[in-house]
Amino acid sequence: MAILSKDEARDIMQKVVNMSGADFCEVNLSGSRGGNIRYARNTVTTSGEEQNTSLSVQSSFGSKTGTSSVNEFDDESLRAAVERSEELARLAPDNPEFMEPMGPQEYGESQTFYESTANIQPDQRAQMAYDSITPSSANDLVSAGFLEDEAGFEALMNNKDLFAYNQSTEVEFSVTIRTKDGTGSGWVSRDYNDVNNLDTGSASQIAIDKSIGSRDAVALEPGRYTVILEPHAVSGLLRYMLGAMNARTADEGRSFMSKVGGGTRVGEQMFDERVNLYSDPFDENVPVTPFTGSGMPLEKTTWIENGVVKNLAYSRYWAKENGVEPLPGPSNAIIPGGDKTTQQLIADTERGILVTRTWYIRMVDPQSQLLTGLTRDGTFYIENGRIKNAVRNFRFNESPVIMLNNLEELGRPMRTDGNMIPPMKIRDFTFSSLSDAV
Amino acid sequence: MGGMMIPLTGNRVHAFSSLSGMDNTDKKVLADAALNAARSAGASYADVRIGRYLNQFVLTREDRVQNTVNTESYGVGIRVIADGTWGFSATNNVTTDGLVAAARQAVTIAKANAKINTEPVVLAPVEGYGEVSWKTPIEKNAFEVPIGEKVEFLLDVNNAAMQNGAQFANSRLFLVNEQKYFASTEGSYIDQDVHRIWPSFSATVVDRETGKFDSIQSLSAPVGMGYEYLDGDAGGKYNGIVTRYGSSYDMIEDATQLAQAGREKLAAKSVDPGQYDLVLDPSHLWLTIHESVGHPLELDRVLGYEANYAGTSFATLDKWESGDFQYGSDQVNLFADKVQPGSLGYVGYDDEGVKTKQWDLVKDGILVNYQATRDQVHMIDQNESHGCCYADSWNSVQFQRMPNVSLEPGPDPYSVDEMIKDVENGIYIVGDGSFSIDQQRYNFQFGGQLFYEIKNGEIAGMLRDVAYQANSQEFWNSCSKVCDESDYRLSGSFFDGKGQPSQSSAVSHGSSTTRFDGINVINTARNI
Repeated sequence: MAILSKDEARDIMQKVVNMSGADFCEVNLSGSRGGNIRYARNTVTTSGEEQNTSLSVQSSFGSKTGTSSVNEFDDESLRAAVERSEELARLAPDNPEFMEPMGPQEYGESQTFYESTANIQPDQRAQMAYDSITPSSANDLVSAGFLEDEAGFEALMNNKDLFAYNQSTEVEFSVTIRTKDGTGSGWVSRDYNDVNNLDTGSASQIAIDKSIGSRDAVALEPGRYTVILEPHAVSGLLRYMLGAMNARTADEGRSFMSKVGGGTRVGEQMFDERVNLYSDPFDENVPVTPFTGSGMPLEKTTWIENGVVKNLAYSRYWAKENGVEPLPGPSNAIIPGGDKTTQQLIADTERGILVTRTWYIRMVDPQSQLLTGLTRDGTFYIENGRIKNAVRNFRFNESPVIMLNNLEELGRPMRTDGNMIPPMKIRDFTFSSLSDAV
Repeated sequence: MGGMMIPLTGNRVHAFSSLSGMDNTDKKVLADAALNAARSAGASYADVRIGRYLNQFVLTREDRVQNTVNTESYGVGIRVIADGTWGFSATNNVTTDGLVAAARQAVTIAKANAKINTEPVVLAPVEGYGEVSWKTPIEKNAFEVPIGEKVEFLLDVNNAAMQNGAQFANSRLFLVNEQKYFASTEGSYIDQDVHRIWPSFSATVVDRETGKFDSIQSLSAPVGMGYEYLDGDAGGKYNGIVTRYGSSYDMIEDATQLAQAGREKLAAKSVDPGQYDLVLDPSHLWLTIHESVGHPLELDRVLGYEANYAGTSFATLDKWESGDFQYGSDQVNLFADKVQPGSLGYVGYDDEGVKTKQWDLVKDGILVNYQATRDQVHMIDQNESHGCCYADSWNSVQFQRMPNVSLEPGPDPYSVDEMIKDVENGIYIVGDGSFSIDQQRYNFQFGGQLFYEIKNGEIAGMLRDVAYQANSQEFWNSCSKVCDESDYRLSGSFFDGKGQPSQSSAVSHGSSTTRFDGINVINTARNI
C-alpha cells in the first residue's frame, strides 16, 4: 500500500479528519516505494528495496498545536495518533504565530511522475550498474557508484476542505571512478524524473576521462584564480544562500540580506547584472510537487533579476505581520545562462582552473555567506584555451555573493540536483590551502 | 517571562502504541517465519530487524513554542546473503505474510545482483546468543516527562538568554527511543531498548548600527541518557572562564553565560592570522576527533566502499601494515568503544548481533587498528567483528558506522589552568563550529563558538573570526599535552551522515582538554 491513489489517500485522510475533535486538523499522508543498488571496487555491494507510508496529523485548539505521526493504518493506530496530537496540543501554550489552516486552493499540474521510473525492477538496476562498471573495468579503473529510484505520493487534507495530492518519481545516479594506484579520480552525476533519460554507460565515460586525466596532478600555490565551475560545483555553492533568502531573518537583522541600520536588501543590486534566478515547479526539466507541506500553491517566482534581489520568502505568519502576501521559499533553482558548453568556456579562457565538483561545503560566516569546502574528482589547469594538466585539490574560502559579483561568463544550464544551473566562469575565486586528497 | 505563563500539568502524553506493543514471543514467531522463508528461497544467511522508532521534538523560540512533535515508525528490515551477495528488503507490513514476502524479495534482489558480484561476502564468525536483551541504563525516561514541563523549561532557557543580552533565542529538545528486535540465522534473538537525548539552544546577538550579528550555540552534548541529564548537578560541571558540562547539564546557566559571551564576542578583536598553540576544550575537540580520526579509520572507507560519497582515507592499509605509521605524537592514544555509559554509541549488541566492546585505534601515536563489521574484518586478517554495524531505521540496511572514538586522558595530573599557564601565544577554543574536511581526510578547517586569546599564560580577551586549518596527521603529531582524567568529558553528534542512501547515526567522542602547537589560524571576516 506504499503508493495510494488519490481516492485511497482521500479516504484515509477523511477518516482521520473525522476522528478529530480539535478546532483545526491538518493531515499529511505520504508514501514511497524505492530501490537502490550500490557498487564499489567494480562489484555490487549492497542493494535493496523499501516501501513505507506515513501519516502525520497536526491538531490545534485555538492556537495550541501538537503533531504526531504514525505508519500503521488500522483504526486503532490512527485514532491513537489523533489523540496523541490532541493531547500534545492541549498541553502546549498558545502559539502567537499560529495560522489557521487554509481553505481549498487551486494547484497547477506538474509532470513529476513517470511509469518508467515507478516500474524499475532489480534486474534493471543490476544492468544499469553493470553498464557503469564494465567500461571502468575495461580501462583498468575502479568504480564506486550508486543508483536510487523512488516513486511516491504526497497528500494533504484539513478540516477546512483543503485537499492536495501529487505523485512523483525520481532516479539519481552518481559514480566515482578512480585509478588503481589512487592518483586519479573522476566523478559524474545525473538525476531525472524519467529513467528513460538516464544512460549510466555514457555518463560513466565522463568520469573515466576525468579519472585518467587527473593523474600526475601538479601543486599550484593557493590564491585567487579565474575558475570555471561546472554546474554541480556551482550548485553546492548556492545552496546555503538560497536557504537564507528569507524575509524574517533579514528583517530581524541576522541575515546577509539585512540592511545596516534596519530593513532588507530587496531591490538592491547585490550581484552582477547578468545574474538571474527563479524557481518554477512546472519547469519541464526540473518539475516538483506544486504545493508546500501546508498546502500553499507553488508558482514561478523570481528571486534575482539582472542582479537585483526581487523577493524574499515570507511565511504566512510573517506575511500577515508585515501586510504582504505569503511567498514560499524556492522549490527549485533555475539560473538562465548562455549557449556555451563547459568545453567552449574552456576554449575562451587564457588561464584558469576547471572545477568538476565542490565538496564538504559548510557555512563559516552567515554574515557574509562565507563558505569553505574543497574541490574534488577532477581539478585541471587551463592555459590558452586548453586543459594543460591536472592540479592538486584546493580548499576554498569564498562567498557566493562575492562570487556572483566576479562573474565573467555563464554557460548553458543543465539539470543537477533537481536544479537548472549553468557552468560559470568566475574571476578571483579564493583558494586558501592545498589538499593532498585525490 | 513566557515560561512563567505556561500552566504546569502533571498529565502524560498519550502512550505510544509501543507501550502496549507486541511481546517478544510474537516477534520471535514472526522473525522465524522470515528467516525460514529466506532460507527456503536460497539464502545462506539472513537477519531480521523488527523496529519501532520513537522521536519527540520540542521546538521553541523566544517566548513561544513552535511545535511539539511525536513521531513513531514501525516496520521490519530483512537482509540476506544469497549466491554470495547481499540483498535487502523492508516493509511496514509487520505480519507473517508481509515478512515472508519481504524475505523472498531480498533473496530475489541478492540473486539479481549476484550476476555482477565478483567479491562473494565472507562473514566473520559470531556467537549465537539465544534470547537476550539490553536497555540503556536511564534514570528518568524522557518520554514520560510531561510535555508542559519540557515546554516551560525551554522557555525559561530562552528567557535566560534574552535577559542576558540575546535578541533572539531558539531552544530544542530531541528525544530518541529505538526499540529493536534482532534475529538471525546464527541463533540470536536480541531485544534492545535504546534511549538518547539532546537539549540544545542558540542565542543570537545583533548590533543594528553596525549590522553585525552572531549566533552562539549551546555547550550541551547529545547523550545516551534519560532526562536526568538535565538535572544540572554541580558534580557534572567544569568551572572556568565559561562553565562546561559533563554527565549533567545546566541549560539555564549555559544560556545565561553564552548570551553574555555572545555580546562580548560581537565587540571582540578580529583575530590576526598566523601560527598559534591551540588549547581545545572537549566541547570543541570531539568534532576534530570525529572528522580526522573517526572517519579516516572506518575500514569501509579505507577499502573503497565509500569512495563515491564520503570518500576514501589517507590511513591506507599499507600504513597500518607497516606497524610504525605515526598518526600522532606519543601523547596520542585513541580508542574505539560502544560500551561507555552515557555515550551515544552505548549498546549491548550491534545491528548484526555482535556483542560490543572497546579496542585501540592509535597507541602511543602509532596506527594499530580500524573499525569493522562482520563482512569486512577478514580483509585485515582478523576473525572477530568490532561490532560497528548500525542502521538508522527498520527500512535502512545496516552497514559500518562509527563507534565512539575517544582520546585517552594524559597519565599525569595536569589541569586546564596549568595548560593555559604554559602557553605563550595561543587560542583557547570552546564549543564546536563550522567544519569541513577533504574526501581522504587530509586537509581540514574548523571554527568554534568561543575563542580566547592566550598571551604569556593568561587569557587576554575574546577573539572573533577564527578558524584553523591543518593536515590530520600533522595536527595529531603537533599534540604536545593532554589534561588528566579529571577533565575527561564526552560530546558528540546526534546526526552523523554517511552512506548511500544517506543514513544518520549518533556517536560520542571523549577527551580531556588538549594542546596542539603551531597550528595555522585564518581570519574569516569578509565584506559583501
